[in-house]
Amino acid sequence: MRWLIALLLLAFPVAAEEVVLGLSQDEIAITTSFDGSEIFVFGAVKREAPIPEGELGVIVTIAGPSVPVTVRRKERRFGIWINTDGVEIESAPSYYAVATSANLDDVLSVRENLRHKVSVPSMIQSVSAPNTVLDASAYVNALIRIRENSGNFQLLEGKVVVDDETLFRTRIRLPAALTEGAYETRIFLTRDGDIVSQYETAIDVRKVGLERWLYSLSRNQPVLYGLMSLAIAIFAGWGASAAFSLLRN
Amino acid sequence: MQIYLPIAEVSVNAFLLLGLGGMVGILSGMFGVGGGFLMTPLLFFIGIPPAVAVATEANQIVASSFSGVLAHFKRKTVDLRMGVVLLIGGLIGAALGVVLFNYLKAQGQVDLLVKLCYVVFLGVIGGLMFIESLNAIRKTAKGGAVPTRKKHNWIHKLPFKMRFRVSGLYISVIPPILVGLCVGVLAAIMGVGGGFIMVPAMIYLLGMPTKVVVGTSLFQIIFVTAFTTMLHATTNFTVDVVLAVLLLVGGVVGAQVGTRIGVKMKAEQLRILLAIMVLLVCGKLAFDLLVMPSELYSVAAEGGH
Repeated sequence: MRWLIALLLLAFPVAAEEVVLGLSQDEIAITTSFDGSEIFVFGAVKREAPIPEGELGVIVTIAGPSVPVTVRRKERRFGIWINTDGVEIESAPSYYAVATSANLDDVLSVRENLRHKVSVPSMIQSVSAPNTVLDASAYVNALIRIRENSGNFQLLEGKVVVDDETLFRTRIRLPAALTEGAYETRIFLTRDGDIVSQYETAIDVRKVGLERWLYSLSRNQPVLYGLMSLAIAIFAGWGASAAFSLLRN
Repeated sequence: MQIYLPIAEVSVNAFLLLGLGGMVGILSGMFGVGGGFLMTPLLFFIGIPPAVAVATEANQIVASSFSGVLAHFKRKTVDLRMGVVLLIGGLIGAALGVVLFNYLKAQGQVDLLVKLCYVVFLGVIGGLMFIESLNAIRKTAKGGAVPTRKKHNWIHKLPFKMRFRVSGLYISVIPPILVGLCVGVLAAIMGVGGGFIMVPAMIYLLGMPTKVVVGTSLFQIIFVTAFTTMLHATTNFTVDVVLAVLLLVGGVVGAQVGTRIGVKMKAEQLRILLAIMVLLVCGKLAFDLLVMPSELYSVAAEGGH
């Protein structure tokens, strides 16, 4: 096994430039007082040769877990606005941020974007529209618009600061409404739009403490959870009533 | 103070929720309505996912109704026998309502139908109550006696008659069961206790005295919403207990205050205030349906939210 890996390593030339990464945190704990988070991504370009030719670009992406979504459009029927057509999208990330050192089009070629799925629209896959829908792209744009407005999709062009073609850093904001899961984090190093090095890691976003306990209970013991909710409700109702009669006497 | 809700998966201001709970609680105690018809749309507005809002609201109504009904038990203004009859219909209706809700959700039309239900029910009931109460107040102001509502109608010709002593009625059990059933369906699909329909139905259809109506309505709402809470908790996993606790802390205190305000007011005044509020909510919902929304598209993630 070991000789196979060694052989593979020899077969491919080592990249002239390599990315070395640091994250302010590789775990986000959702506690009761969780109100969003900011991740500080920093790193350096490691190279053993002189700085090569071409424009250097750094791209940082963070993607939350992908789930299928349905996008519906309202139309006026009989004087009121109702949902008429819908488009199903098989996979769209619940959160996606792209931070770049310059305009995305300048630091990444169209071909590389297609291959590595970096831009926001390229993350949205398998759009299946019924025959009645002629403009499926309008639905995809709507999804992007809605999620951009809520801070769940972010395109941060020029927000990666690069010093001396070696050190880079950026800050990416995670909104308060965050779903649990592994947030896939990718760093791309580009020269004239071509990716020369990439690094992948994951930020673990999970509920802790009371949040975790309640969430697991509601999924694993729904009857117990329901009864507990009712007991709290009844107790609170009785408590308030008793407290008020004491106040009156 | 921001607080993260474990099931809704959003972060909201705790004081905002306490305040909303308190306001709606006061109304709940005054009118014997659960307040869900106000709270559920308010929760949508502050960004709680609709499925979570509907389920959690049911749980919160249990608390405010329980708090309210205790005050009514002390004053002996609960018709237990009538409550139980209404409840039988209510539980059947709630089960039907959850089935209907899940069917409509699959069709993508649940929002529209829920809103249309609100507009139609709130509009008709609010309008009728408003006119009736206004007439009653006018007659009292003129110095005439308050007219007693019609004692005999088609309802008195139905079989299976039963005596309801507290309400002073001797009527068939069929109308109360039907009223309970309709309210149960609405409770499940709209995330409301159904008091805003139950109260007028008891006054105008069953001919119960207003003072007994509030306590009896609260009594049966406790059980119907408790049943709905359990159904949502076990099938959709959408009851957020943290959200419920924040709402009900404000709610139960408000309900106690409201009950005491309600005692000091005349029945006609109580009814006209409830009518105005019902009409306001109805108008707001109708407005939203008729005016072109700023965002024509909506996103629904599969799997609950």
